[in-house]
Amino acid sequence: MKKAFPILGVLTAILLSYALYQALVVAPTEQTMGNVQRIFYYHVPSAWTAFILFFVNFGASIVYLMTRKTAADIVALVTAEVGVVFCTVVLVTGPIWARPVWGIWWTWDMRLTSTLVLWLIYVSYLFLRRFSSGGQTPSLAAALAVLGALCVPFVYFSIWFFRTQHPQPVMGGGGSIDPRMLHALLINWLAFSCFAFLVCWSRYRLERLQRDVDQAHALQSLLDPRGSPR
Amino acid sequence: MTGNPYLLAAYVVTWVIHIGYISTILTRYAKLKREILALKKK
Repeated sequence: MKKAFPILGVLTAILLSYALYQALVVAPTEQTMGNVQRIFYYHVPSAWTAFILFFVNFGASIVYLMTRKTAADIVALVTAEVGVVFCTVVLVTGPIWARPVWGIWWTWDMRLTSTLVLWLIYVSYLFLRRFSSGGQTPSLAAALAVLGALCVPFVYFSIWFFRTQHPQPVMGGGGSIDPRMLHALLINWLAFSCFAFLVCWSRYRLERLQRDVDQAHALQSLLDPRGSPR
Repeated sequence: MTGNPYLLAAYVVTWVIHIGYISTILTRYAKLKREILALKKK
């Protein structure tokens, strides 16, 4: 498995470069927005990737609540952390696109506000994991993750249920898209998904290692209480 | 070429966020390695 990581890393870097080329060169320029529309090739795949990571977090949290397996707890933590990173990209690139197109950086419309709330839920999840030190922390975090996951479909479907300034969805929104644009979008999604997988993988290894080291410290302080390292 | 500074800003900010996060992972790895070495010495 260790040998597969650098190979996958190189393949993902190639895929990300190809995706960037598709987004900046191959995809046609949108007629009304011009080049600023190309932000869409980073904004939308980042949102989809964040949603997938939050759903994996939801699944892992359910598994943890049922089985109390450490691996499920680590997967939940890792996917929430990487999901927050991708959600941050969504919340930053969205206003950068909105400024030249809408004339404003931000508006409190349903899609934007619900995305911000989703981000805040998972940030609070990470704060809970970071600053709460008790045996119940993983269970409390898992319960919070289940609540957070309920917010994901609300964010996605908010533009269907509410009148909003946000553009209609690319998939299933009733509109049409140039096949080259769709190709660039899907390639970028694939590239960012592979990238997210690799980041999650390395973060998972780090968390496992961290827990092993913490256990070793605890064991050492039990054996030699005077020379506790922390 | 309207919107180019915004396009550049969005792409750059995206990678700054990702690289920033990866660098925190690498920093934590380095710190753990030092802790493991210290544990092995004891």
